[in-house]
Amino acid sequence: MAEIRIEKLHKRFSDFVAVRDSTLTLEDGRFVVLLGPSGCGKTTTLRMLAGLEFPTSGSITLAGQDVTYLRPRERDIAMVFQLFALYPHLGVRGNLEFPLRNEGLKRAEIDRRVADAASILRIEHLLGSRVGGLSGGDRQRVALGRAIVRQPQAFLMDEPLGTLDAEFRELMCVELRKLHERLKTTTVFVTHDQNEAMALADHIVVMNQGEILQADEPGAIYNFPSCMFVARFIGRPPMNFVPIAGAVRAGDASVSLAGAMVDVPRIEADAATAVLGVRPEHVSVGVEGGGMPAEVRHVEYFGSHWVADLATAAGVLKAVIDKAQRPVPGDRVVIGFHTDRLVLFDTASEQLLPSATTRLHLEAKRHGQH
Amino acid sequence: MASIELAGISRSFGDVKAVADLSVSVADGEFLVLLGPSGAGKTTTLRLIAGLERPDAGRIRMDGRDITDSLPASRDCAFVFQQYSLYPHLSVFDNLAFPLRSPLRRSEPAEVKRRVEEVAAMLHIEGKLARRATELSGGEMQRVAIGRALVRRPRVFLMDEPLSSLDAQLREELRVELRRLQRSTGATVIYVTHDHVEATTMADRIGILERGVLQQVGTPLEVYGDPHTLPVAQRLGSPAINVLPAEWFDGRAPVGTTHVAIRPEDVRLSPDGEAPGFQVIECSLVKHQLVAERQGVEVHARVMLDEPLAPGSQARFGFPAEHCLFFDAAGRRIGMP
Repeated sequence: MAEIRIEKLHKRFSDFVAVRDSTLTLEDGRFVVLLGPSGCGKTTTLRMLAGLEFPTSGSITLAGQDVTYLRPRERDIAMVFQLFALYPHLGVRGNLEFPLRNEGLKRAEIDRRVADAASILRIEHLLGSRVGGLSGGDRQRVALGRAIVRQPQAFLMDEPLGTLDAEFRELMCVELRKLHERLKTTTVFVTHDQNEAMALADHIVVMNQGEILQADEPGAIYNFPSCMFVARFIGRPPMNFVPIAGAVRAGDASVSLAGAMVDVPRIEADAATAVLGVRPEHVSVGVEGGGMPAEVRHVEYFGSHWVADLATAAGVLKAVIDKAQRPVPGDRVVIGFHTDRLVLFDTASEQLLPSATTRLHLEAKRHGQH
Repeated sequence: MASIELAGISRSFGDVKAVADLSVSVADGEFLVLLGPSGAGKTTTLRLIAGLERPDAGRIRMDGRDITDSLPASRDCAFVFQQYSLYPHLSVFDNLAFPLRSPLRRSEPAEVKRRVEEVAAMLHIEGKLARRATELSGGEMQRVAIGRALVRRPRVFLMDEPLSSLDAQLREELRVELRRLQRSTGATVIYVTHDHVEATTMADRIGILERGVLQQVGTPLEVYGDPHTLPVAQRLGSPAINVLPAEWFDGRAPVGTTHVAIRPEDVRLSPDGEAPGFQVIECSLVKHQLVAERQGVEVHARVMLDEPLAPGSQARFGFPAEHCLFFDAAGRRIGMP
C-alpha cells in the first residue's frame, strides 16, 4: 500500500491540454474519486498513474519511488476497467488465477492468494463453478477478486460501474466500499457520477477542463464548494443561486434578495456582485413568520419527500420538503434558510466568497493535517 | 377522451398467467401508472386494452361500451413505446403528420399543418420540424414519438416505459413535461413503468402489479404511506423500505408479526445510549443517506447531516412505533381491513 504523489502533472495532446499543472497527494489507504464531466482530464490522469500515458511534464511518485516513466508492468498497480469482463471459458477459480499465471508464483502461493481473495469476497463456495451460471452480483465479485489477487499497492478504476443498471450500481457501490474497508488499499476511481463519488470516496477530486477545482472530503465539497461549477455539479436537485441586490462588503452578516433581508454567515471579503448559494434541502418552508414570501408553483412527490418550485421576488427556488408537509401548487408560503449552511459566490469570478463558516472549515482542515 | 374499465381480465401464455383476474377503472382524464418489475404483466395489460391481445376471460369497456371484441383500429388508443420507432427517411414534420395522413383519417393539408405545429410547440420541437428524424438527439426523438401519438387526439394514451431509454436528466425534464401536457389536454393515460419515481411524481393513481396480480391501487400518497402488503411497500421508495426482524421489536409489535418495515426517512438517528448500535457502512451527504449494519441486517436511513459519519464508526438508530409497518408471514399488513 502506498501514497501517490502527483507533482505539476501536465499532459498535452497537440493543441489540447488534457491535464493542466495538477498537484495532488493521494494518502495511503484512501479511496479517492476523480469526478468531472467528460473531457475534464480525469481518465487521462488515471492513465498516467497506470503508465498507459506519459505526461508532457511533471512527475508521479508511488510510495516514494518516481514511477513517472515506468511501464505499466513495472509499477505495482492494478487497473480495473469494466468490472464485468470475465473469461467465459474459465471457471471462477480459473478467472481468479489468471492474473497470477504470468507472475512466476509457486502453485501454493497462487492457491493461497485465490483462497484469500475468495474469502474476502465471500465466494469460497463458488470456486468450483462456471461463470456462466452466476448471478450478476457474484460475477461482479469474481471480477473484483481478479483485481485483488495481485495484491497491488494501488487500484485504479475507470468508470467500472458505468454499464450497470441503476439499481445494481448502487449495490456494487456498497460492495466496493466494504471491500475497501477490509483491504484499505489505496484506490483511485474515475467517474462522472456524483452519487458514486459521494457513496465511495474518502476524498473527491473535482476536475473540469483539465484543472483540479477542488480536492477535499465529500462533506466539504458538499458544504463548501470552491466555485459555482463544483456547487452545480454536486447535489440533486442542484444548488439554487439567488442574485444578491447590490454589492457585499466584508463584515456584512445579511444580504438583500429582491428587498428581503436574509441572514448569512459573516462575509469576509468585498464583491461588487454576488449570488447566494442555497441547497434545496436547506430551504425551509412555513406558512407564517418572517422570511421571503413565495408561491408554490409546481410539486413533485418522491414518497420520502417533495421537491417544490417556489416563486419568489428573487426568482424561482427549488426546495426539498418533508413528506408530512404536503405542499400544493398555489399555496402561499414563507421561505427561511438554514443560515449557517448558506454560501456566497463572487459573480465575476464564480469563486466561493470567504465567510465565517468557510474560515472555520479551513482552520479545522489545516488543524486536521498537522 | 374516454374512461376505461377492466373487469376480471385474464390472459395466459402457455402455462404462464401474464394477467390474472385484473379489475381496475380509469376515469376520463386520469393518469394511471401501472408499476411493477419486468414480467409483472404490465405490457400485456396495455396490449389487451389496445386490442393487440385478446383476453382469455373478462371484459374491457371504454366509456361504458364493451370493446372486448372490437378491432384495435376502432378503439382509438395511441401507443407510445420505449424504443422510439420513427421513420428515419422522413422529416420531423412528416413523422408527426404520418398518423393524420393514414387512409383511415386523411385530414386536409392545412389541418395537418396546424395540428403538427401545435403539437411541436407543446413539445418544444417547433424549431426541428425540417430535420430528418435521425438528426435528432435521443430526447428529441422520444418527443417526436410522443408527439405522433398526440396529433391524433386519441381517446386513450397507452405508454410503455416511454422514458426508460433516456438519460437521467432528460428523463427528469420529460417527466415534468408529459405530466403538464396530460393536465393541459385532459388526456386519459395508462402509463407502464418499473421506475417508482415516475410513478409517484406523475400518477393520479398507481396500480402495483406483481406476477400478473394487481396488488393495490391508490394515490401515490396512499400507496407509499399505507401499503397493504410487503411487496407493495418494497416496490416504492429509494432506498427501499427497511425490513427488520420482529425480534428487534420484542413486545412492541402486534401478535403474528414476522417483519417490521420502516421507511428510511422515518428512521431516527438517536443520540440515546439505549438505542441499538449499528456499524456504519456508507454515508452520503448528497443522497442524505446513511447505511449501517447490525446482526447482518442493513438499515438505510435518510438523514440530514452536517458532516458524514466515517465508515466503520457506530450509529444509534431509533425506529419510532408510529412509523413502523407490521407484516405477517404471508406478507400481509397486520391491522388492515
